[in-house]
Amino acid sequence: MSDKVKKQEDLKKDAGKIFLEEISESPLTVTILAIFTGLLLGGVLVAITTEAVYQAFGVSLWEGIKAAVGAAWQTYQALFYGSVGNPSKIIAAFQSGDAEEIRWAVNPFFDSLLVSTPYIFAGLAVALGFRVGLFNIGAEGQLFIGAATTVTAAIYLKGLPAIIHIPVSLLAGFLGGGLWGFIPGWLKAATGGHEVINTIMMNYIAFRLSEFLLRGPLKNPEGFSPVSAPIQESAQLPRLFQAPIRFHIGFFIALFFAFLVYLFLFKTTWGFTLRTVGANPRAAKYAGMSIIQSTVLGMFLSGGLAGLAGANEVLGVNHNLALAFASGYGFDSIALALLGKSHPLGVVLAAILFGFLRNGAIQMQILAGIPVDIISILQAFILAFIAAPAIIRTIYRLKEPEIDIEAVTLRGWGGN
Amino acid sequence: MTTKTATLNDFEKTSPVRRIVMGLVFLLAAGLIWFLFIRTLEPGVKTTFKMMPGGSNQTIPDWIFGTVPMLKTLVGISLVAGGYQLARGFRKRTNLVLGLVGGMFVFAFLTWATADGSLNLAGLIRSALVKAVPLTLGALSGVLCERSGVVNIAIEGMMLTGAFVSALVGSLTNIWIGLLAAVLSGGILAAVLAVLSIKYKTDQIIAGTIINIFATGITSFLSARFLQVYQNLNDPGRFPTIKIPVLSDIPFLGPILFQHNMFVYAVFIFLIVITIGLYYTRWGLRTRSVGEHPKAADTLGINVFRTRYFSVILGGFMAGFGGAYFTLGSVGRFDELMTAGRGFIGLAAMIFGNWNPFGSFSAGLLFGFFDALASKLAILKVPIPSEVMLMFPYLATMVILAGVIGRGQMPAADGQPYEKE
Repeated sequence: MSDKVKKQEDLKKDAGKIFLEEISESPLTVTILAIFTGLLLGGVLVAITTEAVYQAFGVSLWEGIKAAVGAAWQTYQALFYGSVGNPSKIIAAFQSGDAEEIRWAVNPFFDSLLVSTPYIFAGLAVALGFRVGLFNIGAEGQLFIGAATTVTAAIYLKGLPAIIHIPVSLLAGFLGGGLWGFIPGWLKAATGGHEVINTIMMNYIAFRLSEFLLRGPLKNPEGFSPVSAPIQESAQLPRLFQAPIRFHIGFFIALFFAFLVYLFLFKTTWGFTLRTVGANPRAAKYAGMSIIQSTVLGMFLSGGLAGLAGANEVLGVNHNLALAFASGYGFDSIALALLGKSHPLGVVLAAILFGFLRNGAIQMQILAGIPVDIISILQAFILAFIAAPAIIRTIYRLKEPEIDIEAVTLRGWGGN
Repeated sequence: MTTKTATLNDFEKTSPVRRIVMGLVFLLAAGLIWFLFIRTLEPGVKTTFKMMPGGSNQTIPDWIFGTVPMLKTLVGISLVAGGYQLARGFRKRTNLVLGLVGGMFVFAFLTWATADGSLNLAGLIRSALVKAVPLTLGALSGVLCERSGVVNIAIEGMMLTGAFVSALVGSLTNIWIGLLAAVLSGGILAAVLAVLSIKYKTDQIIAGTIINIFATGITSFLSARFLQVYQNLNDPGRFPTIKIPVLSDIPFLGPILFQHNMFVYAVFIFLIVITIGLYYTRWGLRTRSVGEHPKAADTLGINVFRTRYFSVILGGFMAGFGGAYFTLGSVGRFDELMTAGRGFIGLAAMIFGNWNPFGSFSAGLLFGFFDALASKLAILKVPIPSEVMLMFPYLATMVILAGVIGRGQMPAADGQPYEKE
């Protein structure tokens, strides 16, 4: 009898142990701990750059610690209010029942989703590239070109109903970005020139080109600044709520595209070919798959998705094209693809996380006086831990998984 | 990745297809000068080049010549070069001739653009040299890292950090300590790159990207928190211009080469030291062998990891020094994102220059020249937008990378983590 109980206890213990082991081996744990550690280090950074903290340490150690934690807490609270909304305000608004007050209270949340939308597209672009073994650093340039082609279609095509004009404008963005991705893809396939260098170069060419377009052909003839004319109303992505909420259907288009990318990569022969080429080009070649075709197609699709990010911003938010209207997406999208493990679902979640961080950061700057650039620092910390999971495993004493799944590896510079 | 040998490179330089293509390129240059430039000019116009940069106290007469005759001479030389190339071929000297024809084309462009006007040629060359300084320092950083087999796309981030640190520390102490701190900050970031890519075997491009993101964030963050609040923290001063006695009195070349602050001279010194170091010392041979074939180097008893750490951190020092140029050598203060992609052009210059110090410097000069020219275009009333001119360095790099002018010789093990067996 007692023997049996003991055995059962042993089993229970084992089950618990197994569970813990499984958790510590799961790649998701590393991701979550990486985000947590990144946020923690960000808090430390805020504390050590706040003067009040030093003054408090001058009073006593306890006061100092209290001030340091307080500074970090205040920062993240402002970040939360800015990205999700102030909970007490939201409750009060719903109790009052006033529609406009409710809209104002929940606006931060929808604005965060709005900010997430281009990140979803751009993150998908880089993730798709990773899957084919390509490192697309050029998302930013592709985004600019996509925005330029979109705005051209959205301004100069006249008299179309919205149901046609919007898809046509989006397609223009896809093709524009796709062309900007196709060129380095083709160069890699035909000459072996490495896509990292070529996409960086194409980024700067895109900046110069959009500068040229906005000072010349695309410039609004009625204005002085380098801004394009406003797009036709029929090309604007419809908004789902009344002002001040700017949330538009672009978010759902982005989710739809994430689903499409998932279907393409994991449920079609083409996707299988692309993934095989990315995972093991030699095996793919041996199996008769065309590496050249996959490289070109991969870069084209990747560029196209980045182009859609630009199209989304132009059609949904800005309704025109301005100089450097979307800087920083290139590096951010790399971060998203890595954080999301190059899986469409992961990318969507990562993009939403970053959208909330980026949107909240604006409020954080106003309320807590912390510059928005802290988001880039958080991003770098999180990425470093994701890219070198051994660091996180060492800090939290996690077990080494038997096979390192999904480690992103790319082939070296431009050789054959 | 197959290991390329010297014989393959020789073959590329003398292959019949390449001979004919290059011959056609030379003829095309002649044709372009004829149709784009000469045909659009009226006979009898004159070009005036001023031969002394601003601020110089020498007196050199302006160089005035007939535009059309000069252009016709250039067409003639290009035609001869093209004809000879098609008939016999310049063989190993093809690239040199290509450089000369390219130079002539640019000169023809300047001559044409200045027709009936004047241009300060000496000032243009001087400003090209100054603009080449950060590009060359960035490229040298890349050369040091990549010769040992570690790809460094974080040059931009290291330079930005160097610029920030030199402004902050330079304001708090003095300009020399500011410079030292900038160099060290580049080294620290390089050490992070080294640990991530050598110890943790992270993909080197991702590691570099992380450093770039971090550098962008931390410099802007600290700048917004401190430098913009306390202006006296952002006033490190600048290194003074040093006129080198005797040499600076050489007509034409003197004011162009020998009237600069110490960064320009430092570039020349680094170029010589690194070239000698890489190609004529035991350390250089070891570093290059680690970059080409780490396993063979390891077999011979060279410590691959230590060599890579050393080279990468040295590269970081160089990038930090290059970053200090932006504040201490140029504008005398730090502005957010002030490097504005110069680190990436430095990377391009390194590739263009074939992973070689003097090659990188030539590429840096070329890119600097186009940068300088773009700002002069408005004065010249040329119907080319300056934005198009500024695209040149990037386009040229892509062309080089595509192997049109001859495939670059990158270190064979560049970008591959080494796993000891």
